[in-house]
Amino acid sequence: MEFVLETKNINKYFEKPVEFHVLKDISFGIKKGEFASIMGKSGSGKSTLLYILSTMDTDYTGELYLNNELITGQNHNKLSQIRNYNIGFVFQFHYLLSEFSVLENVMLPAKKMAEKSLAEIEHDAMEKLRMLDIEKLAHQRASRISGGEKQRVAIARALINNPAILMGDEPTGNLDSHNSENVFSIFKRLKEEEGLSLLIVTHDDDFAKRTDRIIQMEDGRILD
Amino acid sequence: MINWKVILNIARTHLLTKMKSTVTASLGVTFGIGAYITLVSFMTGLNEMLDSLILNQTPHIHIYNEIEPSEKQPIALYQEFEDALNVVRSVKPKQSQKKIHNGLPILNYLKKDKKVYGATPQLRAQIFYLSGSIELGGNLVGVDILEEARLSNIGDYIVEGTAQDLKNSENGILLGAGLAKKMSLKEGDRVQVSTIKGDVFPLKIVGIYQSGIADIDNIQSYANLKTVQRILGEAQNYITDINIKLYDINEATTMAKSLGKQFQVKATSINEANAQFETGSNIRNLITYAVSITLLIVAGFGIYNILNMLIYEKMKDIAILKATGFSGIDVQLIFMSQAMIIGALGGILGLVVGFVLSRLIDNVAFVTEALPTITTYPINYNIWYYVIGFSFALISTFVAGWLPSNKARRIDPVRIIRGT
Repeated sequence: MEFVLETKNINKYFEKPVEFHVLKDISFGIKKGEFASIMGKSGSGKSTLLYILSTMDTDYTGELYLNNELITGQNHNKLSQIRNYNIGFVFQFHYLLSEFSVLENVMLPAKKMAEKSLAEIEHDAMEKLRMLDIEKLAHQRASRISGGEKQRVAIARALINNPAILMGDEPTGNLDSHNSENVFSIFKRLKEEEGLSLLIVTHDDDFAKRTDRIIQMEDGRILD
Repeated sequence: MINWKVILNIARTHLLTKMKSTVTASLGVTFGIGAYITLVSFMTGLNEMLDSLILNQTPHIHIYNEIEPSEKQPIALYQEFEDALNVVRSVKPKQSQKKIHNGLPILNYLKKDKKVYGATPQLRAQIFYLSGSIELGGNLVGVDILEEARLSNIGDYIVEGTAQDLKNSENGILLGAGLAKKMSLKEGDRVQVSTIKGDVFPLKIVGIYQSGIADIDNIQSYANLKTVQRILGEAQNYITDINIKLYDINEATTMAKSLGKQFQVKATSINEANAQFETGSNIRNLITYAVSITLLIVAGFGIYNILNMLIYEKMKDIAILKATGFSGIDVQLIFMSQAMIIGALGGILGLVVGFVLSRLIDNVAFVTEALPTITTYPINYNIWYYVIGFSFALISTFVAGWLPSNKARRIDPVRIIRGT
């Protein structure tokens, strides 16, 4: 099966405050339609790895492929475009633009892509919100909704450009069990219904166990 | 590819939701530009008023016959003494008339010259004003009053009566204000003047003249050229001065030189006559520029400060935008457009504030004995100050916005997300 995301020998060092080898020879791949989770203790380098995979962090050695295309070494503008087109990202702390309405938050990445008319984008955004069962919040200010709702809005935003892969940095880390469950089932449904690839960093054992594959990390290495 | 619609939309939302910072930042620009406009208009207005006070009373070129000794004394012409050392003691001025030789033909020649806006003849006579047994020394200037009023602003200084009144009267006089006060005379009274030779003439006061310069007002009066010629017993071609006004004041010096050579007369240009005055006005201008540049720079720093804060508040937004696919340039443009909107709004408002304050100052009463024509503080409404003010608002907000927004462009989203 084809890899949607693949790494070859990724190494990363932190130089401050002392030189520290965070990631050691990371080579692995995520298959199309796979729901993978990364687990590991604090400081094992899992978030650092995720930032490299998301193309936001470019300070590493090794090679990163997305849809079999080499990403490493591209300039920043190209990387922004790749993120915009191919990668959906969900953070631990929801990270919505608080001054904008829910709908505008969801529409923003699509507006940036500018491949569809405004009406189409709005229709798509409403579609995503409906899928996540929050279409009634569309015209609320993003700062006025609850934490679980914010995370669902963030997922809708991550999905608006129909990305190749959705990444999450402890997306349920800040939610109660009810909302965590909710988010998990959304991910599960996305995988099954839309065939989306997912890569989620998590601390939550129950969450990880129910994914297709658990990637364990310790001291900057992947354990098999 | 830059998507301006999205960028401007984000910028607008930021500005509207942070109304307080937006208003504060814009007001910073407004006050800077407003103060600049007001100050520059007021200061240059004052400068211009002071300049015109002197310059309008000085012709661009003044032609007269200087009483001076001959450059070559007769002995120098003797061939026998060619090799000798000739010493002439007690040299006297050359015997000549005060009048300009061929005055009227010169005047006609000048009036046909294309560079000349106008030329007027004058006859300056030393006289005494008689008040009972008191004799006051002074000048009586015979002029072509209507032409004079056209070329200089003498009309502004006639505080009672008009130039036309003088023209219509055979033996009228525009009496200096200081003289009128000394002799307790007013319009309609008669004053007796005596020439140096002792002939006494009665003249009718048709107006009062007040230049604002006490030294002039205390001795000088005006009458028609013909009247003065009659008093002196001279013919109609007797004139002592010709005042010339040019279209272009900058040609005065060269033209004065060539006229002096051409007609064998003394011709001085306005620049020679007022050299030290020009220095003073240059320094005043320098101060004006220094003050306005200071004001603009202070305004610029205020703008920088506020924009810097605005961007720090939005760090999280910057990370989100970058994570969702906005490039560094997009982010920079978002903040730059905010800066430029603040600059444009504040700038326009600043122009309005500057104009309103100028109007206010323009309407404040300013009455002074020395300046009879001035009733309110002078303001120079020069469109260029508004253009410069607005351009500076844009340039300074551009620079002030560039520095922090450039930081936003470079900033690494991962660092913000990790919170380090």
